[in-house]
Amino acid sequence: MKIRVVHYLNQFFAQIGGEEKADIGPGFKDGLVGPGRALQQALGDNGDVIATIYCGDNYFAEHQEQAIDEQCARIAEYKPDLLIAGPAFESGRYGIACGAICQAAQQRLGIAAVAGMDEDNVGASLHRKNIYIVNSGTSIVRMVPTLQRMAALGLKLVRQEAIGKPADEGYLPRGIKRNEFAAKPPAERAVDMLLAKLRGDEFLSEIAPPKFAGGKPAAPLRNLKSAVIALVTDGGLVLEGNPDKIEPGRPTRFTTIPVAGVDSLDADKYDAVHSGYDTAFANRDPNRVVPLDTMRELERDGVIGKLHDFVHSTGGAHAAVENATLIGRQIAERLKAAGVSGVILTST
Amino acid sequence: MIPVAKEVGSLRAIASGGIVSPTGNPDLPPDKEKDFRRELIRRVLKKLQEEV
Repeated sequence: MKIRVVHYLNQFFAQIGGEEKADIGPGFKDGLVGPGRALQQALGDNGDVIATIYCGDNYFAEHQEQAIDEQCARIAEYKPDLLIAGPAFESGRYGIACGAICQAAQQRLGIAAVAGMDEDNVGASLHRKNIYIVNSGTSIVRMVPTLQRMAALGLKLVRQEAIGKPADEGYLPRGIKRNEFAAKPPAERAVDMLLAKLRGDEFLSEIAPPKFAGGKPAAPLRNLKSAVIALVTDGGLVLEGNPDKIEPGRPTRFTTIPVAGVDSLDADKYDAVHSGYDTAFANRDPNRVVPLDTMRELERDGVIGKLHDFVHSTGGAHAAVENATLIGRQIAERLKAAGVSGVILTST
Repeated sequence: MIPVAKEVGSLRAIASGGIVSPTGNPDLPPDKEKDFRRELIRRVLKKLQEEV
């Protein structure tokens, strides 16, 4: 039986136009367009690209719910077995669209879906846990081999065949752990690995190290005298009584402490909540963790433009990288929205 | 904590007053501790103005 495949593309790959056409809403064509040719070749006699759906990257980003609703309704009419989206390479808006449409097709329509994009595409971090995403790398040169991988994986999903490990099938790890029988016990595997390392041979760790997002450092502050500086800490500073109930360890949230008009952090009004260090010194003088008194003086002396009116704080002990990343992003968004130009983060 | 900061891509990092008192030094008398903090923050502010 030939499987029926719908292919999602953005306005560029659907040959509608470049950035000037990024505002167009969802559109549909019977048959294949552009990269669909390589997809059809990869499918061979196993399936047909029966339709291409496309959408402008900006339209999708700005009307995501609407775009998904409309596209799902139309995809359903084609009665496909499989949705292939992209590959989007390193294009963030396109990657998010590919991930979102695959997730919706899978959940709402119950059809198999595979997206393609670079592993660092923001769409990958948003959707990799819920859908299969083939790592395309950043370069369009990888279009054909990526579509081959996507087609092969899609066929397996439609046929409900067993899906191998991410490294073998070419998709991004989804954070799923499966028990399996190993030929050798852990001690032997560890020694084998060590010997391979000593010989300079290749070896593969069985535990994936956490990957840190990194990110580009901000440009240096040009003018301190007009800068708004915010204080942030992972030292667990809280208002007395910890009203936001931040966790002393394994944090999942942060607290926002108003400090407008506060000249110094009074030991009676603030606490440090943190399971990773002895908080006695901080509790005796919280300025030892968040240097509010000094910053207020520097503001008064005109060394800095303004001290931000809020301190954001979390207890950074044993933080899971994912939670810490989320907390960091949320704090950064608030600071940015408030017009803060520089941040001093004190870490315990 | 400097290697940790660098590892996660936080390149503007300077050594603090210690784990239990990053912007203080409990061994100093209070007035000297404030001087210590002011000096530390001045270095921090300088770092914020540096290219990395």
